[in-house]
Amino acid sequence: MSIAPDHDTRVRPAATREEDYLWTLNFGPQHPATHTTLRLVLKLEGERVVDAMPEMGYLHSGFEKIGEHLTFNQYVTVTDRMNYISPMANNVAWHHAVETLLGIDLTPRCKVIRTIVAELARISDHLLCNGAVGLDTGAFTFFLYGFYQREVIYDIFETLCGARFTNSYTRVGGVSHDFTPLVIEKIRTFLRTFPKTLDDMERLLTRNRIFVDRTKGVGVLTKEQAINGGASGPVARASGVTRDLRKDEPYLAYADYDFQICCAAAGDCYARYLVRMQEMRESLKILNQAIENIPAGEVNVGADQRVARPTKEQVYSTIEGTISHFELSMSNRSFEVPYEESYAAIEAPNGELGFYVVGDGDDTAYRARCRPPSVLHFSLFPQLIRGHTHSDVVAVLGSLNIIAAELDR
Amino acid sequence: MTTDPSPTADILETLVARFPGLETSAYRGQTRVVVGEPASFEVLSFLAAAGFDLLVDVTCVDYLEYRGAKRRYGLVYLLASTATPRRLTVRVFVDDPEPAVRSVVGVWRSADWLEREVWDMFGIRFVGHPDLRRLMMPEQFTAHPLRKDYPLQGRGERHNFPVLTREDG
Repeated sequence: MSIAPDHDTRVRPAATREEDYLWTLNFGPQHPATHTTLRLVLKLEGERVVDAMPEMGYLHSGFEKIGEHLTFNQYVTVTDRMNYISPMANNVAWHHAVETLLGIDLTPRCKVIRTIVAELARISDHLLCNGAVGLDTGAFTFFLYGFYQREVIYDIFETLCGARFTNSYTRVGGVSHDFTPLVIEKIRTFLRTFPKTLDDMERLLTRNRIFVDRTKGVGVLTKEQAINGGASGPVARASGVTRDLRKDEPYLAYADYDFQICCAAAGDCYARYLVRMQEMRESLKILNQAIENIPAGEVNVGADQRVARPTKEQVYSTIEGTISHFELSMSNRSFEVPYEESYAAIEAPNGELGFYVVGDGDDTAYRARCRPPSVLHFSLFPQLIRGHTHSDVVAVLGSLNIIAAELDR
Repeated sequence: MTTDPSPTADILETLVARFPGLETSAYRGQTRVVVGEPASFEVLSFLAAAGFDLLVDVTCVDYLEYRGAKRRYGLVYLLASTATPRRLTVRVFVDDPEPAVRSVVGVWRSADWLEREVWDMFGIRFVGHPDLRRLMMPEQFTAHPLRKDYPLQGRGERHNFPVLTREDG
């Protein structure tokens, strides 16, 4: 076999640089394995990725600009569309930030209810993320197991607030629907049946030779890189950063529950998979403690605070309820917002999801900045993929759990 | 409700002693420091060395229509620490016509894309940024959409984008 003349280094023109022999591959923005609309320009030398240039913005919809024109309660529908894999967590994050700005202290019942829905959102997010990593590395059954359980969580949310996917569940000072006995029963059933599926999923993939070979040692993020690059959530914890806002800055009812922060040291795709699997078990622990101890009482803050809409009973039978209902219904008489600004974040399934909200007197934010974990994770991508083969691109991308709607907003 | 779990008082004292004339304030337990634009890089790298190893976010607020505002753009640097759970907000104010501030990419790599986003959305130039391109909007886009004088519905840029046919592609 003879070497083709253009591959023969002896006849290569002196002026040609090494990179002219690299092959450029356009990955995305429309590609099934990017899962969402994002683009990677890969520089390949044979199978090996020499460099990657991530591009984003294909799904930019001006969510932050819209946030300056919708009221605090209206904007929750937009947060649904950010990380649409776990919209409940986004709802909780947004109103957590608004309530921090307004200085509203939630009722104990509301805190527990929000904790429960946020943890359910975490499980459904991790199921999809790990499922997609499995899918991209060839484990289709695992993905279906995960998706079946997501379906159960969708059913719970549908019973809770009528929407399966775009929940828009929270309100300033409360939630749109209180837990009914049926919702609690459905969550209890899920908590009983889900651990078995989780065991099955672990048995399917965690020691699967093909999966371990595809993910172990691939896309290693060191602890220093993770901190310096601003990684958060499971991505940072898989690299040994012991930071979890549920423990470090306990919000809602997290301080009352016994659970562990899941960490790994390796920082590769396999570690990120393991952290997510373990976090689902910790979420189950939190849910089991929370669902059996939901405090009785009102779910929304009182009518005297004039932030949450009073119930019909309160409107018709108390003067505070009537006034509150009237004031909240009039466009020029809504609740008072200070000329101040604050940042509040929650530990969303994907990492630190925070909102920087600036108030200017009325119930529309002057600025509603969303701090999306995906942006920082996506910017780490070139470091993670350099030197690996192009078949590892999907494994690394999947394990970072990049959601373009949250990335681009 | 978020409260500052660990007091930042000690670091504030050192900071004010080192850089006199800094304004500090607090709201809902969140400590904020206002830094003049010339000293922003020194203050931020000092804070990075003093334990704030995590740059959570870089963003900006355009105070064009804000009551009582004297300067137009207020940059927000949200710092946190991975060792002890504490946070600090650093504000840097800049003005038209040439809003610019020194880039902190050399201190925290996470500033790379965050600063690109602020440049894209607000048109604030980060001096010393290695690759200050637009992050979200297309290259041909001329405006900075999150500025307050930019309308919600846009200025019709969408209709002026060149149409690529299959033959040109």
